[in-house]
Amino acid sequence: MTTKKTYEEINARIKSGQAVIVTAEEMVTIVREQGVKEAAKKIDVVTTGTFAPMCSSGAFINFGQCVPTIKASKIWINKVPAYGGLAAVDTYLGATEPAEDDPLNKVYPGEFKYGGGHVIEDLLKGKKVFLEAKAYGTDCYAARKMKKEMTLDDLPHALLCNPRNGYQNYNCAVNLSDKVVYTYMGMLKPNCRNANYCSAGELSPLMNDPYYKTIGIGTRIFLGGGVGYVTWHGTQHNPNAPRTENGIPRRPAGTIMVQGDLKQMSPDWIKGLSILGYGNSLAVGLGIPIPVLDEEMAAATGRGDDEIYTQIVDYGNDYTNGINKTYGEVSYAELKSGTITIAGKAVTTASLSSTVKARKIAETLKKWMQEGSFFLHEPASLLPGPG
Amino acid sequence: MYTRIYFFRFPKDTCDRPIIYHLIKEHEVEVNILRADILPEREGVMILELKGAKNNVRAALAYLEGLGVGIERLATRVRRDEQRCFECGACTGICPVQALYVRREDMAVLFDPDKCTGCGQCVLICPVRAMEMSLGKEWLQLESVTMD
Repeated sequence: MTTKKTYEEINARIKSGQAVIVTAEEMVTIVREQGVKEAAKKIDVVTTGTFAPMCSSGAFINFGQCVPTIKASKIWINKVPAYGGLAAVDTYLGATEPAEDDPLNKVYPGEFKYGGGHVIEDLLKGKKVFLEAKAYGTDCYAARKMKKEMTLDDLPHALLCNPRNGYQNYNCAVNLSDKVVYTYMGMLKPNCRNANYCSAGELSPLMNDPYYKTIGIGTRIFLGGGVGYVTWHGTQHNPNAPRTENGIPRRPAGTIMVQGDLKQMSPDWIKGLSILGYGNSLAVGLGIPIPVLDEEMAAATGRGDDEIYTQIVDYGNDYTNGINKTYGEVSYAELKSGTITIAGKAVTTASLSSTVKARKIAETLKKWMQEGSFFLHEPASLLPGPG
Repeated sequence: MYTRIYFFRFPKDTCDRPIIYHLIKEHEVEVNILRADILPEREGVMILELKGAKNNVRAALAYLEGLGVGIERLATRVRRDEQRCFECGACTGICPVQALYVRREDMAVLFDPDKCTGCGQCVLICPVRAMEMSLGKEWLQLESVTMD
């Protein structure tokens, strides 16, 4: 008899403290030792996690009115420009926006000491941020400028809203040119002397649900130390990327849009980044619980780093010129060993995604469910699948 | 064999003397110069790895101390801010001496200050700027002079 479970059944077990919850790393061993059938029967939920730079991130903020009232059209928070094309005192602060007076790459490679991501982190740390706004003035919003210091507590509304997070797989970056390049994949030495990758591999959320059978609009997740939701598929979501026989994409594929109340998040799981020569970004901690509804989900969550592959891509020339070429395929087991072989040559690897923190997120989600404080939420609609 | 990396500050009046020669010749220590900024009429700074019998290294340090040279273990001048570091591992690909390295069993990113040679490459590579090197204002001034 094949196993079939429903969200209601699993949630009832979480409530009564009887649900069996394991992390995606633990699931690999369970499936290998006991088989898919047994794992599907025994395990209710597999928790995942990832903690890495996710550039397509930011926050919707409402900063409250002043007297006379203002319809802010230009906005800065700690000198970082925020979007002013929304209603009176609403704004969107993007994680990659550098401070206005940043020298950028004029002194190459630029350091990008402070940007939108850092403002979000400072808010989470309880620090005061300095908000400035300019306006053209209207009859109903007469003020032309506004300046105030605010903390996260002072803000009437603050929502982390990331249009593209949690990439299902990502490139392994090398530099085949003869000069050093500074990229969002880190510093890459000339002539392929190092390789950087950025995925939690077997712990990564979408790697554990390759065909989006459980993840969709309304999936409740760990986001930035608090609770958030998947609210749409992310920008550039590409379910049609080539896949291995086990269904896992071999190159960047699915993505998710996520949202959550910033006020319940923690600076331990949201960090502003300065990527040398590239710009600012935000490291986002996110984790998704995957319900083991059937054997297919047990098999999917049981895949290990040695079964998950990605492409080697050149960031010295190809990437910026839109050349879609790969220089081989490597597994995450190889990448995590510290050395891969490219064209017969041993190349040192480094990760931009934290395995230690990804594991901690998966363990936190597991703990929340074991304590009965976090329940699965069935999606209203699943992410678009291949087709 | 005793090996330690030190951060030395040489007073102005020592820059015309062959101090390192004496270190090698009279105290029988191996000297590996990792970084040096020595300019006439200015305080000089050096990062040296000293290797030798423990007694010899100690005697060499005592000799330098007698000349008014400021001595500090480099390890005390470099640190990782454990609150900021999220163990991504970006630094491990560029650290030339594996002072920053990954423990493969659990993928923890670790820092061994005793191995650090103070090259400083990790400082700007770290996306959360968790690596701190307090090598003194003088060092930075010298840096800008040599870069001109």
